[in-house]
Amino acid sequence: MSLLFKGRPQGAQMSHISMLQRLMMFFVSHVRQALGSLGELWRAPAASLMTIGVLGLSITLPSTLYVMVKNAEQLSAGWEQASEISLFLRQDTRPADVQQLITRLSLWPEIDSLVHISKADALEEFKQLSGFGDALTHLDSNPLPDVILVTPTERHASPSSASRLLDKLRKEREVELGKLDIEWLERLHGFLGIARDVVGVVALLLFLAVVLIIGNTIRLNISNKRDEILVMKLVGATDAFIHRPFLYTGFWYGLLGGILAWFAVSLLLWWVDGSIRYVSSLYQSPFELSGLSASDLLLMLAMSVMLGLAGSMISVHRHVREIEPR
Amino acid sequence: MIKFENVSKTYSGGQQALRQVNFHIEPGEMAFLTGHSGAGKSTLLKLISIMERPTVGKVLINGHDLNTIHRRQIAYIRRDIGMIFQSHQLLMDRTVFDNVALPLVIDGYSRKEINKRVSAALEMVGLRDKVRNLPIMLSGGEQQRVGIARAVVNKPPLLLADEPTGNLDPKLSMEIIRLFEEFNQAGVSVFIATHDLGLIARMKYRTLTLRQGQMIDDGLSEDWQTDPLQEDSL
Repeated sequence: MSLLFKGRPQGAQMSHISMLQRLMMFFVSHVRQALGSLGELWRAPAASLMTIGVLGLSITLPSTLYVMVKNAEQLSAGWEQASEISLFLRQDTRPADVQQLITRLSLWPEIDSLVHISKADALEEFKQLSGFGDALTHLDSNPLPDVILVTPTERHASPSSASRLLDKLRKEREVELGKLDIEWLERLHGFLGIARDVVGVVALLLFLAVVLIIGNTIRLNISNKRDEILVMKLVGATDAFIHRPFLYTGFWYGLLGGILAWFAVSLLLWWVDGSIRYVSSLYQSPFELSGLSASDLLLMLAMSVMLGLAGSMISVHRHVREIEPR
Repeated sequence: MIKFENVSKTYSGGQQALRQVNFHIEPGEMAFLTGHSGAGKSTLLKLISIMERPTVGKVLINGHDLNTIHRRQIAYIRRDIGMIFQSHQLLMDRTVFDNVALPLVIDGYSRKEINKRVSAALEMVGLRDKVRNLPIMLSGGEQQRVGIARAVVNKPPLLLADEPTGNLDPKLSMEIIRLFEEFNQAGVSVFIATHDLGLIARMKYRTLTLRQGQMIDDGLSEDWQTDPLQEDSL
């Protein structure tokens, strides 16, 4: 509606069109502007490819690091499940009490499974492995205690909750000593934490660089189109209308950069996959390098698009405003 | 239609472009604004299209005080004012059609409506056959007519022209002015700034005269008959 002239119809209100049609026209004009921006990137392929390349590679680095940390976590998750608690029972515990303890413990929700190694079995095993053999038969009594190996459930296998379980187990009357070898696990977790933080910092810095690069590219686009923007402002274009093509340019940079990053990450993973297979075959472990999942991929693309949009938004808001007809 | 109330404009450099300007142009009127270059003609037009804001005083269009118009609303104000420039202000890398269609595209008209109106506007200025040309392939007079078609394509109630005949020979200038007369007869208010006194002399339209930022003649006073044009050209 005209601000100055009451009743002067303007634009879309002109031909009595329905809400639906107006919505359609809105989308059609957006699609047209989006395709227009894409066409403009296409017409200057060298410059566009360079910008897309910078963006793609800037996203590739943190994405690859992320995949590596993820794989390391997966690997260590496999080790964690093996984490066991060894309970050494008091010497004077009677076999019946041992059985009772096992029954009691097997009801705990934190515990996945229990293995009882009786004194006799332990001695037998020790005889075989230690090589003392006959010397041990001369002992008056069996010096070894009963041992129960406790495997926590998956949910309680992390170092902190496993040590909480250990404390609880130690309070049992029959238990003399409990042991959980978690120090190395805690260290590993510490290192993984550092790695994740480093990935985060690197990603943040690179993302910031991407926003600045896109912002600068869009700034150049804007100053190249200075005359056009002036004319558009003279014939009554709103800022939003002028912004839109530049925002779409940022969007396309982001999307294409994200796709490039996806290719680059896939290529890198394919590259290192061979050597990882070789190493894991040496360890006879069935480790498989896992790449980006569908949701990771979507997140990466969304991130990239958002960076592109953010860069262009900042630039557009600063620089389109400066261009005013004088 | 256009009303100036004690308008002064001082640029940030301290240069005073307009001093205490008062005048009123009625709806449907056609008027000329004249004066030497540097007298403040362009500044006066810029105040109407809100390219500049007055330092003191009020500019009103159709009774609305432009001082109350927010920066974000300026775009909508300009859709009500058809503007024509000496330098044409055409997009040189777009066809004549795209140039004329620009205000309609901005205003969100449908494709069908745009085709219809652009054809009509180009018909009016006699450039129907140049639709697909680039402005660069046209003569100066033709480029100016493209600018005029663009200014009238969304049928604004007010038409402003800043030196529309600046680079044209007298015959072409007259053709352009005839075009403005046609629009005026269709009810559009037309306000033309020009220093082409010869052109104005052949017309019987109201003429406002600026000298060094002051309105020395608003074209209504009785003593205007003693010919301010000659006085001005001295």
